[in-house]
Amino acid sequence: MDMKPVHIKRRSAEESASFDRRIIDYIQNAAAHGLYEIRGLGAKRPLPHFDDLLFLAGSASRYPLEGYREKCTTKTILGTRYAKKPIELEIPITIAGMSFGALSANVKEALGRAATEVGTSTTTGDGGMTQEERGSSKTLVYQCLPSRYGFNPDDLRKADAIEVVIGQGAKPGGGGMLLGQKVNPRVAKMRTLPQGVDQRSACRHPDWTGPDDLAIKIQELREMTDWEKPIYVKVGATRTFNDVKLAVHAGADVVVVDGMQGGTAATQTCFIEHVGIPTLAAVRQAVDALEDLDMKGTVQLIVSGGIRTGADVAKALAMGADAVAIGQGVLFALGCNSETWVRDGQHYSAIDAYDALGTAPGFCHHCHTGKCPVGVTTQDAELEQRLQPEVGARRVRNYLKTLNMELTTIARACGKQNVHHLEREDLVALTVEAAAMSGIPLAGTNWVPGR
Amino acid sequence: MERMTFDLSKTPLRDVNQFLHRSLKAGDDRHIEVQNPDGAHSIAVGLDEPVTVEIHGHAGYYAAGMNKKATVVVHGSVGTGVAENMMSGKVHVKGFASNGAGATAHGGLLVIDGDAGLRCGISLKGGDIVVGGSVGSFSAFMAQAGRMVICGNAGDALGDSLYEAVIYIRGEPKSLGADAQFEPMTDNDYKTVGDLLQQAGMDHDPKSFKRIASARSLYHWNADANQEY
Repeated sequence: MDMKPVHIKRRSAEESASFDRRIIDYIQNAAAHGLYEIRGLGAKRPLPHFDDLLFLAGSASRYPLEGYREKCTTKTILGTRYAKKPIELEIPITIAGMSFGALSANVKEALGRAATEVGTSTTTGDGGMTQEERGSSKTLVYQCLPSRYGFNPDDLRKADAIEVVIGQGAKPGGGGMLLGQKVNPRVAKMRTLPQGVDQRSACRHPDWTGPDDLAIKIQELREMTDWEKPIYVKVGATRTFNDVKLAVHAGADVVVVDGMQGGTAATQTCFIEHVGIPTLAAVRQAVDALEDLDMKGTVQLIVSGGIRTGADVAKALAMGADAVAIGQGVLFALGCNSETWVRDGQHYSAIDAYDALGTAPGFCHHCHTGKCPVGVTTQDAELEQRLQPEVGARRVRNYLKTLNMELTTIARACGKQNVHHLEREDLVALTVEAAAMSGIPLAGTNWVPGR
Repeated sequence: MERMTFDLSKTPLRDVNQFLHRSLKAGDDRHIEVQNPDGAHSIAVGLDEPVTVEIHGHAGYYAAGMNKKATVVVHGSVGTGVAENMMSGKVHVKGFASNGAGATAHGGLLVIDGDAGLRCGISLKGGDIVVGGSVGSFSAFMAQAGRMVICGNAGDALGDSLYEAVIYIRGEPKSLGADAQFEPMTDNDYKTVGDLLQQAGMDHDPKSFKRIASARSLYHWNADANQEY
């Protein structure tokens, strides 16, 4: 019998964990261009999130409500601390700030219409207020950003609330970005910029530095608007416990906390993936800060960054948020990453347009190019026609209604007549990480790591 | 012309601003005096009628913030952010101004007889600023449009990341910011400086000013810029 060893020709295919194909591609791309990658949307890495929490709901020890019949209110009031005219919403799900510039005017109009139909608010973004949005949105939050692009006292007086933006979850500590392709004549005029420049917004406010100044800035905005309008302060989630406390000390009516899953129209990938903390950890810290100051219920908390489903909304509320804000979710509802776009009831393939960007539906994050295959994040006169305001409005309305139905379904199962009665005690965590971050015990135990 | 006086040692600021917002008629050009400002913040913010407000003493932050149409004169010095985001009208500070004077102003004219602090004219968006004295560092940072006339000197990084705003300086900046450069004065520039000095009530020779504007090398992403922005 021949005992010679057999040599099998085997292709070497051991992928390195440190230098996998993704990292090799990154390095070679950097080597080719000498510039970092810029892209849209939010963090793509896996993170502890609301999916890692579960509801306990009613049983023998708790009493559920009839899921389809009994009343479960979703009314939400924001800005009760100082504002003479607080914001009253029908649902605790708001539309996050996204700029005209990042989004087309059609999209801004669609969001305004949808929000008005379901009784919630929209938020302007870095680039000022458009007539399309003010005209269609019954409740409009006007952002005061570091760049102050398009910021003016007339629009301030037209707003229903003011949001001082300190940071954004996708890029806490960074300013906005709008590449030249999207700085068309109208966008350029609104922002007082030369047409076509790669616009990079400031990361700090021009007329205040630090929380003591912020208190005076907020006072100015209140004096400007005769103490009528609620003033929100938005922070990107980092040192959330301290930031929320400082925002409250500075006089905010509402604090908006945006976790790292929050989206952007254009930011460095290294920023999106490596700066900030997950929404789950941020909610807990924000609620701790409000409770520490005995301000829970006086200062309202809006949470954003990766809110996708009614279950996410319910979990955020149970953890102590008063409302959520959604950005990317509504973009997907509008048709972002869809295979088709619709005109007059007819579907048209967008595959070629994705192909031209070197991507495909389900993976596209090319908002920064302005060449959105479905007409959502574009300023191109032809592409923006791919999203008709009435189609967009119907989709976003349906999406928000679905979320609200899911939210009340869960709330009723937990025995709540009011979604704001959801509480931490209704939740358990699925993973050790989620338990540690959220301060909610691991399912089947009463264990919270670190306590 | 009808004159009115508010004494801030007796009347709360809230009442004064409320009056200025809600009790003026369209086209109101009354003359309103504010006594004893005592450094209060946000005096005469958000004006929207062609009134004249004279503040007799020092004002705090954001004096005449977001002004439209009105003329506001401060017979004293002001804190941070005087005339910030002004849209139109005129704000005249007879004393000195702190940081961020005229920040993001879209229009109107801000005159400061004395010196201004850091970041004067930061993110200017179309307003005009005339400073009788010197300005601090980082002035006209990211200024997008409008004109700044500096009769004295400037601190470091003057005009960093300028867009289309133009700076005229009589003295010297300690340093220019990224992308800012001296450019030759044209007849148009001399006329501009002369007009602005006249509106500000200052009589320097326009010929003694130099022009600083953007080299426009940072308008687009550029791998070879070596982080020089």
